[in-house]
Amino acid sequence: MIIADRKPLAELLEMIQDCDRILILGCKGCVTVCNVGGAKEVGILASALKIARKKEGRTLEVDERTLERQCDPEYIEQVKNEVGDYDAVISMACGVGPQFLSTAYPEQRFYPAVNTTSFGGAVQHGVWEERCAGCGQCVIHYFGGMCPIARCSKSLLNGPCGGSAGGKCEISKDVDCIWDMIVRKKTEQGRLEDLLDVKPPKSWDTARDGGPRRSVREELVQ
Amino acid sequence: MRLSYPSNIKVIQVPCSGRVDIIHLLKAIEDGADGVYIAGCLEGECHFLTGNLKARKRVNYVKKVLEELGIEPERVEMFNLSAGEGPRFVEIAKEMAERIQELGPSPVNVQKKAA
Amino acid sequence: MSDLKSGSNLEKVLKAGHFAFTGECGPPKGANVEHLKEKVAHLKGMVDAVNVTDNQTAVVRMSSWAASTIMLQEGVEPNFQMVCRDRNRLAMMSDILGVSAMGIRNMLCLSGDHQRFGNHPQSKNVYDIDSMQLIALAKKMRDEGRFLNDEEIDVPPRLFIGAAANPFAEPHEFRPYRLAKKVEAGADFIQTQCIYNMDRFRAFMKRVVDMGIHEKCSILAGVTPMKSVGMAKYMGKMVPGMDVPDELIQRLQGAGKGKVAEEGIRFALEQIEEFREMEGVAGVHLMAIEWEHRVPEIAERAGMLPRPRV
Repeated sequence: MIIADRKPLAELLEMIQDCDRILILGCKGCVTVCNVGGAKEVGILASALKIARKKEGRTLEVDERTLERQCDPEYIEQVKNEVGDYDAVISMACGVGPQFLSTAYPEQRFYPAVNTTSFGGAVQHGVWEERCAGCGQCVIHYFGGMCPIARCSKSLLNGPCGGSAGGKCEISKDVDCIWDMIVRKKTEQGRLEDLLDVKPPKSWDTARDGGPRRSVREELVQ
Repeated sequence: MRLSYPSNIKVIQVPCSGRVDIIHLLKAIEDGADGVYIAGCLEGECHFLTGNLKARKRVNYVKKVLEELGIEPERVEMFNLSAGEGPRFVEIAKEMAERIQELGPSPVNVQKKAA
Repeated sequence: MSDLKSGSNLEKVLKAGHFAFTGECGPPKGANVEHLKEKVAHLKGMVDAVNVTDNQTAVVRMSSWAASTIMLQEGVEPNFQMVCRDRNRLAMMSDILGVSAMGIRNMLCLSGDHQRFGNHPQSKNVYDIDSMQLIALAKKMRDEGRFLNDEEIDVPPRLFIGAAANPFAEPHEFRPYRLAKKVEAGADFIQTQCIYNMDRFRAFMKRVVDMGIHEKCSILAGVTPMKSVGMAKYMGKMVPGMDVPDELIQRLQGAGKGKVAEEGIRFALEQIEEFREMEGVAGVHLMAIEWEHRVPEIAERAGMLPRPRV
């Protein structure tokens, strides 16, 4: 899923500085699962913003709503009758949500409440980690099911580099060295020879470097 | 045993401190409470195993939110005591009431009066 | 001459069977040519080639190719370093052609320290290709006369291709294999990370010799004399992949006030003496960090002088 973190409240308050009436729009997709932008977090943000405003001696009217998803026009359409009633709309979806909203309702201002960080999953309750860099050409099967492009700080295909120590990456003790894990797994499997050939340079033309990506399923296009 | 606690504290009973969510604490502040605290069971003695531990984490979350908003995080607190400790309940209530007295009215209320 | 890959002094020294001795010099944090020339002067005639670092520890400095060119003009052979952090494959290939055109004949291929450590941690890192692929790229350009896309190069670059090895990084068991991969990719010579844990290095070299890697490339053992106890502790604790044994720190501490640097040099000299006899080691790479002026003394005491003329 897509992982995100909430923006600091100060940044959000700055965005809606001139607003008296706003709508906070949550999303029931990825951001609900990673507990950053679902109905619950919408309620918490609404309350926090109202507290901040009361402290300033001003009022803020906040309506709350959470859509099924914010990455499909059919759900975006569900707010068409009310979206114009507000001074601004805060979207708690990933970076996709406020863009779909902005396209659908060009006259309204939409602000992102979260910083979208990565594609990943929960490694324990309350902790999410990046697993995929969306490079457009999956190669994890060469590396024991682990992605060095997303998980090695230098995206090395022929690692580990000289900074690997104690199973950790040179950039931080909080970051596992994925190449340490790949080598250990291959060694345990008795398949170390899989890592002994020199992997050629990767083509990044399927990644973001090749320009914005687009996927088309002909059988579905109407 | 009839023990009296400060009358400016409003007690809301819940079956377990784990029932208290972040939004409940925030709403209390938003609606004008000068402080809010949870009195949960002793750690390790939760009937539902981890209710009071969850409550503590939520209190800590709200403390951080208040800090972000420039409001004293001490206005929100977590206490642990056993159900049989009436005097301890009173002691905590007095302690919290005193703390809030010292902090003064919540900035939320100060501005409301000024406006 | 036709069997020489680059014609560099370092290549010729190694080919003639001499025990090689290389130095290191960081370009200035500015366009201070005089300071660079001063540092280079200390190294002239003392070593066979001098590594010119490429934004080392991700701190911006004068470009390694420009500093290498200045060094060349001063009559000292540079070993031009290139890291994968700051350039994509286009910039790499154009710089490889550029340095070769300027007469630079040695090139060391490195991944590069992550920019998190440097003075611009906000920068975007490149890592279009990794150090292994950079070695193979340089070799392809030199030997096949082709770019990465197989297009022909009219005059191919002439370079003696180097790579780094860190026997102290983990997982330890994999390090000889990674070295073998670099040699397979095309490395002509290898310079190791600074060695302090001699036991581990001996074990590493034994494995390297058993695998026959030393027959396919020249391995130069990395030596950095400790200037102070603080430096030893810092390197051991703060530099990932650096192994500084407690015994060495104790030895330096035991040297007493004002004598630590001398003890550090003594340890380095003992190391060099052992490396001369160690199977598979073809030379020493002396990284005297901001201590260029002590290199002549160290070279003299290590019995490295005069350097062979080949």
